[in-house]
Amino acid sequence: MGQTMAEKVLARCSGRADVVAGEYVTARPDKLMCHEAFAPCALTLRRMGVERLADPDSVYVIIDHFFPAPTAAHAKSHSIVRDLVERYGITHDLGHSGICHQVMVEGGHVGPGELVLGTDSHSTTYGALGAAGAGIGVTEMTYALALGELWFQVPPTVRFSLSGAAGPAIMAKDVVLRLAGQFGTDVAQYAAIEFSGSLCAQMGLASRMTMANMGAELGAKFAMFPTEAFGPDQDAEFAAVHSVDVTGLEPQVAQPHNPGNVVGVSAVAGVRVDQAFLGSCTNARVEDLAVAAQVLAGRRVHPRTRLIVTPASQAVYLEALRAGHIEALAAAGAAITAPGCGACPGGHSGVIGPGEVCVSSTNRNFRGRMGSAEGFVYLASPAVVAMAALTGELSDPRELVSEPWL
Amino acid sequence: MAVIRVGSGSEAPSLMRRGRVWKFGHDVDTDVMAPWDTISAPFEERRARVLHIRPEFVEGMRPGDVVVAGRNWGCGSSREQAAENLKLLGVGAVVAESFGRIYFRNSVAIGFPNLACPGAWAACEDGDEVEVDVEGAVVRNLTWGIELRGTAWTEDMLAIVRAGGLLQVLRQRLGLG
Repeated sequence: MGQTMAEKVLARCSGRADVVAGEYVTARPDKLMCHEAFAPCALTLRRMGVERLADPDSVYVIIDHFFPAPTAAHAKSHSIVRDLVERYGITHDLGHSGICHQVMVEGGHVGPGELVLGTDSHSTTYGALGAAGAGIGVTEMTYALALGELWFQVPPTVRFSLSGAAGPAIMAKDVVLRLAGQFGTDVAQYAAIEFSGSLCAQMGLASRMTMANMGAELGAKFAMFPTEAFGPDQDAEFAAVHSVDVTGLEPQVAQPHNPGNVVGVSAVAGVRVDQAFLGSCTNARVEDLAVAAQVLAGRRVHPRTRLIVTPASQAVYLEALRAGHIEALAAAGAAITAPGCGACPGGHSGVIGPGEVCVSSTNRNFRGRMGSAEGFVYLASPAVVAMAALTGELSDPRELVSEPWL
Repeated sequence: MAVIRVGSGSEAPSLMRRGRVWKFGHDVDTDVMAPWDTISAPFEERRARVLHIRPEFVEGMRPGDVVVAGRNWGCGSSREQAAENLKLLGVGAVVAESFGRIYFRNSVAIGFPNLACPGAWAACEDGDEVEVDVEGAVVRNLTWGIELRGTAWTEDMLAIVRAGGLLQVLRQRLGLG
């Protein structure tokens, strides 16, 4: 019987010829990615007297959630990370060069068919390259760092077949928000996603990363795009196949307080916006900054609204700077922050206050996610975020963006 | 109150829980179980804001009480403090229609019983007395005399919880006792 991408990865990593959805295996991941959570993991191992990791060369460590450190306590935790990286001989020290998932992908640290575990739920992003990326917690990472293995249930696979002609201003974010709205945020719970169909062929790496990233918001363990190097067997069995035609899709917005609470932008047009945030592992790549620059070049951010732009990585920052996007956004009045996770999880550099409305290019709008529990977060594409910054309210970016942006 | 089964000749903690129901809805996310600005703090400082969407919960719950939730309990982040906060509060178990996958794995890893049991949400109301048998994958609503079958844990998952969590398994495997 043919195998899905997830079955192939877990078969290889558990030393088996094949595995079937539903069975349990012990697998050896190819890569382990840790952000600041490396500190609690490694401190636990230190206390236990574990002096060597199973494979320090497979471990990638980066500081992204609280960089630059907003408090002395965070600065101290970063020192601890630095110390432990040295102590455990981590060869892939990624410093503080951006958001973990962006840096892993742009640095060439992830390959098709690999099993990559990260201490971050959006590790699904690696599926953009055909990898099986999954988030785990610190206890499981501690175990995996020490022993180089972890238990898995082989997930069933839900396939999304995406087709149609994307309209003006439509971005991958609109497509994945549509999936969350139409099928629910648990459509792929305990399952892997495989994206397929003619629309995928039109999607560049940035778009694929957005889709795979928000596989986490569809409940998925992995969210994978087939590549030339790695894909499912022709006769692979899927638990479900959902076909979606994006022709005529309007820009989508997830209303507070759930990523599945999705409507077309016209349904919420006019909602007053206090903060527009362009950042996160979901949507802060060069393409995302470019569309925002197109909307805002030669114009000004609305006086009642603040626009905060947090590039996904130092490399993105530099490329966007050289392309003129950063200048266009700064000239329009955007606050450009250091690359990192920033305001997305409510850490620093743009948290919102009680009663405030933020439209955000990020992945989650849970209550309190970006600061005050009395705040309101709307999720949308970078085009919608930029348009809101310009007009001070939720509004349709198709007025200024005439092409699809995949 | 939690029922501790003793005298079986084993030191393994019981996976039988009994307590009053606290009912929650669908899609309750990890951010409301462990708000981001609290997660680096000691538990006593985190405590007050655990599940702040139901402000009376933290002060009203008694150790052993059972959370009964709808679909997708624990969706969202990989932060282990979500499950850990509930465990440290003394929640006996969580019974839900379904779970966010990372939350569920974290619960197994820290030895906190969570049981997927479709139908339990409709069959339980706040304050009902329930018994949760994680090993048998059974939820009994003692107030109404209803018994429901949940999704059984695997032996390997049960072994992790019986050992006291994945770190204990790690200690054993490394010969650290």
